[in-house]
Amino acid sequence: MRQIDVKQITQTVKEAVMQANISLPPDIIQALQEASDKESSPSARRFLKIILENTELAVQENMALCQDTGMVVVDVELGQEVIIQGGYLNEAINLGIREGYQQGFFRKSVVNDPFQRINTGDNTPAIVHCNLAEGDKLRITVLPKGAGSENMGQLSMLKPAQGINGVKDFILKVVRDAGGNPCPPIIAGVGVGGNMEKAALLAKRALLRPVNIRNSRNDLARLEEEMLKAVNELGIGPQGMGGNTTALAVNIEVYPTHIASLPVAVNLGCHSTRRVSVEI
Amino acid sequence: MKLLRAPLQIEDIMELSMGDEVLVQGSIYAARDAAHKNMVQSLENGEGLPFDIEGQIIYYVGPCPAPPGKIIGSAGPTTSGRMDTYAHLLIAKGLKAMIGKGPRDQNVIEAMKKYGAVYLATVGGAGAYLARCIKDVETIAYPELGPESLLKMEVQDFPCVVAIDARGNDIYRLEKGAEVADD
Ligand code: SF4
Repeated sequence: MRQIDVKQITQTVKEAVMQANISLPPDIIQALQEASDKESSPSARRFLKIILENTELAVQENMALCQDTGMVVVDVELGQEVIIQGGYLNEAINLGIREGYQQGFFRKSVVNDPFQRINTGDNTPAIVHCNLAEGDKLRITVLPKGAGSENMGQLSMLKPAQGINGVKDFILKVVRDAGGNPCPPIIAGVGVGGNMEKAALLAKRALLRPVNIRNSRNDLARLEEEMLKAVNELGIGPQGMGGNTTALAVNIEVYPTHIASLPVAVNLGCHSTRRVSVEI
Repeated sequence: MKLLRAPLQIEDIMELSMGDEVLVQGSIYAARDAAHKNMVQSLENGEGLPFDIEGQIIYYVGPCPAPPGKIIGSAGPTTSGRMDTYAHLLIAKGLKAMIGKGPRDQNVIEAMKKYGAVYLATVGGAGAYLARCIKDVETIAYPELGPESLLKMEVQDFPCVVAIDARGNDIYRLEKGAEVADD
């Protein structure tokens, strides 16, 4: 068994949220650059250039990429041979967020209750998903998720007879309904299968995969490429103002499901899909 | 590239067409949900607004706190649709331009046509870039609202596109195949 002290978890989370909010992942920057080179609408090119310049300025000025520094989703893969010492995992994570948001001068965007709506003042609690894994490592991935894109996600329990075409139609519907609100160019995270909450979790996890990596299954990789093309043909464009860059990627994850079910969830990530993954 | 500077006259507004690229200069007011709610409540109670709104520009933003040595933190636009229920009253009182991101509802567009106002879209998510265009910030009302308080800002070369003009041409509806009114 390997022991990990909660202090190390807090420090890791703190550094991860600070990095995530300031420095956009290189795969997304590269995809934005390629999109800007290919974009045919002059207005859209102007906006893409500003978005790219923003990624440089944020690092230079040590300032948040976007003022919506989000509610933090934390994905934890906890090796079975790890013993957490000195406190509780969730408390350690929340403490890391509190310190990181304070030191980073990030906006605190979390309210205590959906009805009372009092700002908690420190951007906690996080939304923590914890899975057990093999081995003695602890992997923590943070995703500060803004509401502009999160609010545009949808889930549908399709009938199995609707099949793959039903899934394709649903993806296009969600992106079309969202229009310019999720700050396109977007990343569409799609979860198919499992049950209701599993599909939603798969969709969120799909957003954690870099935009230049396709699903390892050939048929799904092809589906991702086909859907990216179809989404870009919608013409929504950067910020919904028209153009041929609506999405940078469509990432699809699947899971076994019930004979009578075909759940599909689409979770949209904005161009500021800020993720950092660290292994302890 | 057109330059816009408040206070705006009706002629300035009528010169703008959907799709025009503009750079906003000078004073703008920053407000989001809670400040809008307060302003509209004041008007409904028959009280005045904390500033003279005639010809002015409101930017829908709730910035990050200012890091040491900076006047403001990251300051990109928030989703304008949440301000739709408040906008028509402010437009009726003389508001001439709104800056935000995403589409507006038909009531807002009707008010823009009736009183002469434009809706400008800026780049969502470009908070660090837009913060650099903000040269001065002053809290003028509702300090208790924190990031939602009412601010007056001085901006320079603040990049926008005319998303909806005063004739009701709407860039967000265009992709869905709407006709353009060019009267
Ligand atoms: S959708 Fe993303 S980029 Fe746009 S304002 Fe929200 S967090 Fe920022």
